[in-house]
Amino acid sequence: MSDTSLAATPRKGDKTLGHIAYVLKGNPVTLLAFGMLAVFLGCALFGPSLVPYDPLATNAPRALEPPSWAHWFGTDQLGRDVFSRVIVATRLDLTISVAAVAISFAFGSVLGSVAGYWGGWIDAVLNRLLDTIMAFPLFVLAMGVVAALGNTVENIIIATAIINIPFYARLVRAEVNIRRYAGFAQAAKLAGNGDLRVLAVHIFPNALPPMMVQVSLNLGWAILNAAGLSFIGLGVRPPTPEWGIMVAEGANYIVSGEWWMALFPGLWLMLAVFTFNLLGDGLRDIVDPRKRT
Amino acid sequence: MSRTRMILGRVAQALPVVAGVVVISFLLTRALPGDPAAYFAGPAANEASIAQVREALGLDKPLIQQFFIYVGDLITGNLGQAISTGQPVAADLAARLPASLELTLVALVLSCAIAIPLGILAATRPGTWVDHLCRVIVTAGVSMPTFFTGIVLIYVFYYLAGWAPSPLGRLDFIYLAPPHVSGFYLIDAALAGDWFTWIGALKQLILPATTLALFTLAPIARMTRAAMLTALSSDFIRTARAAGLGRGKVLYAYAFRNALLPVVTTLGMVFSFTLGANVLVEKVFAWPGIGSYAVEALVVSDYAAVQGFVLAMALLFVLLNLVIDIAYALIDPRIGVA
Repeated sequence: MSDTSLAATPRKGDKTLGHIAYVLKGNPVTLLAFGMLAVFLGCALFGPSLVPYDPLATNAPRALEPPSWAHWFGTDQLGRDVFSRVIVATRLDLTISVAAVAISFAFGSVLGSVAGYWGGWIDAVLNRLLDTIMAFPLFVLAMGVVAALGNTVENIIIATAIINIPFYARLVRAEVNIRRYAGFAQAAKLAGNGDLRVLAVHIFPNALPPMMVQVSLNLGWAILNAAGLSFIGLGVRPPTPEWGIMVAEGANYIVSGEWWMALFPGLWLMLAVFTFNLLGDGLRDIVDPRKRT
Repeated sequence: MSRTRMILGRVAQALPVVAGVVVISFLLTRALPGDPAAYFAGPAANEASIAQVREALGLDKPLIQQFFIYVGDLITGNLGQAISTGQPVAADLAARLPASLELTLVALVLSCAIAIPLGILAATRPGTWVDHLCRVIVTAGVSMPTFFTGIVLIYVFYYLAGWAPSPLGRLDFIYLAPPHVSGFYLIDAALAGDWFTWIGALKQLILPATTLALFTLAPIARMTRAAMLTALSSDFIRTARAAGLGRGKVLYAYAFRNALLPVVTTLGMVFSFTLGANVLVEKVFAWPGIGSYAVEALVVSDYAAVQGFVLAMALLFVLLNLVIDIAYALIDPRIGVA
C-alpha cells in the first residue's frame, strides 16, 4: 500500500510539472508574466532600500525636471524623485490588493462552501445578498463603503474586499455544490468524517484551482480599484507615494506639458495590472486548457 | 401572451433586488463613523443643536422605524440636502444626470461600433494578425486604468497635437449651452438647429467618450469573438453553408444574429464597469456629471450627496439590466413561443 503510493506520488508530480513546463513552453507570455511578477515582488520587498532617493524628500530647486540620468523618471512639483516614489509605492499598492483579495478569498470560501454544501435557506439568503451587492456598479459601491466607514487605507481594503466577495462565493458555491453527493464525498462521510471535515478536507480543495485563476485576475482588478479610489482622493493621503495619487497629482501638470509625473506611475500601474491579467490567463491554461478564449 | 407574462415576471424579479439596494444604502448612511447627528449639525454645533438635528433626522428613533422613514423619504424623492451646494440631493442629481448619460451612451455606442466588427473579424479569421490584434487589445484594454488613458489622451490630443479643446466640461466658454430640452447637449443643440454649438459639444465629448470606450472595448470584443466562434461551429451554419448560401448571408443573417444574444447580456456587465469608470473619467475631464458631483461631495465629506449618488447609480443599473433582459426577450424568438 505504502509502496504504491510512494511510487505513484513522484510520477504524478512529474506529470504535473511536466504539464506546467509543456504549457509554459508553448506560451512564453506566461513565463514573461511570472518574470514580471518576480520584479514587482522584488520592488515590494526590497524597493525602499534600493531606490536612489528618499521618496518623501523635497528638493525645491530641482522641481519639475524632465527625466535625466540623475532622475530617471524626472521630479515632481516639490522636487521629489518620481522613480523612487513609483518603486516605493509598489509595496503599498500590492499590500492593499493582496490584503483585499485575501479577505474576499477567505470570506467567499466560507460563505460559498456553507451555501453550496448545506443549501436550503442559507443558500437562498446568500444568493439574494450577493445579487444585491452585484446590483451596484461595483466601483460606486466601493466609493459608498469608503465614504460610510471613513477615509482610511483599511477601509479601502475592506471596500475592495466586499465588492470582490461575490465572485469567490459564487465560484466556491458552484464547485462545492456539484461535488456535494460525489462518490468520494459520500465515501469520506461513510468512513466516519463529520460534515465540516468532509467539506473542508475533501470537497473544498477541488475548488482551489479555479480559485487561483480568479485570485490572479482579481489582484489586477483590485489594484486598479484601489488606485482609482485614491485617484479621486479616497484612502491614501498625499505625501504617501501611491500610484493613483501620483497620477492624480501629475494630471494637474499634464496640460502644461510635464508628462513624466503622470505617465510613469500610470505605466507602472498598468504594467502591474497587465502582469496579473496575463498570469491569470496563463494559470487558466495550466488549470483548465479547455477554457482558453 | 406568454412573452408579456415573461416580461412581467422579470420586472417582479427586479423588485427584491431594488429592496436589497435600498436596505444596503440605508445601512451605508447609518454606518457613518461617529455620530451622524454631530456630523450633519456641522462643526460649530453644540449639545442642543446636535440633539435638535438628531430629532430632525429621526436618529433618536429605533433603527427599524428610521428605515421606514428613510423609505418614505425615498418614495417622495427626498434624498436629503447636499451641504456643498445647499440644494436637495435629488435635484442636483437630476440636473447632472443627463451629462453622465450622454457621455456613457456615446461611449458605449462608439465601443460597440468598434468592438463588434473587431470580434467578428477575429472570429472569422482565427490565428491571423486580426485575431492577435484583437487579443492584444483585449488584454491591454482591461489592464488600462481609465483615469490614466484619459490623461494620456489629453496630453497627446490637447497638449501635443492641439486638436482637442481644453478638457474642461461639456462646452468651451465661447459656446452658449443650448436651450434645455433633454439635457443632452447633442440632442438639444440639434433640436435648436444650432450646429455651431453641436460641433462644439461633440468636440468636448470625443476625448472622454473615447477614454470610456477604450475601457469597454475589451469585454465586448472578447464576448463577440467567443459567441461568433460558437455560432460558426454549430450545425445550422454547416447546413446553411452546405445549402450554398452566400458567405455574407451565413455570417450576418445566421451566425451574427445568434451571437448577438450573449453580447447583449455582456452589455449589462459592461454597463456596471462603465458607470464606475465614469466617475474617474468625469474627474479627469472636469465633466459636470453625477460622478464628479460625487467626487466633489466626497472631498468635503458630504455624505447625503454621496449616498444619494450610490443609490441613484444602483437603481439606474438595476433598471438598465431590466431593459436589457426585456430586450433579450424581444430579440430571442425562442422565448415566449413555447
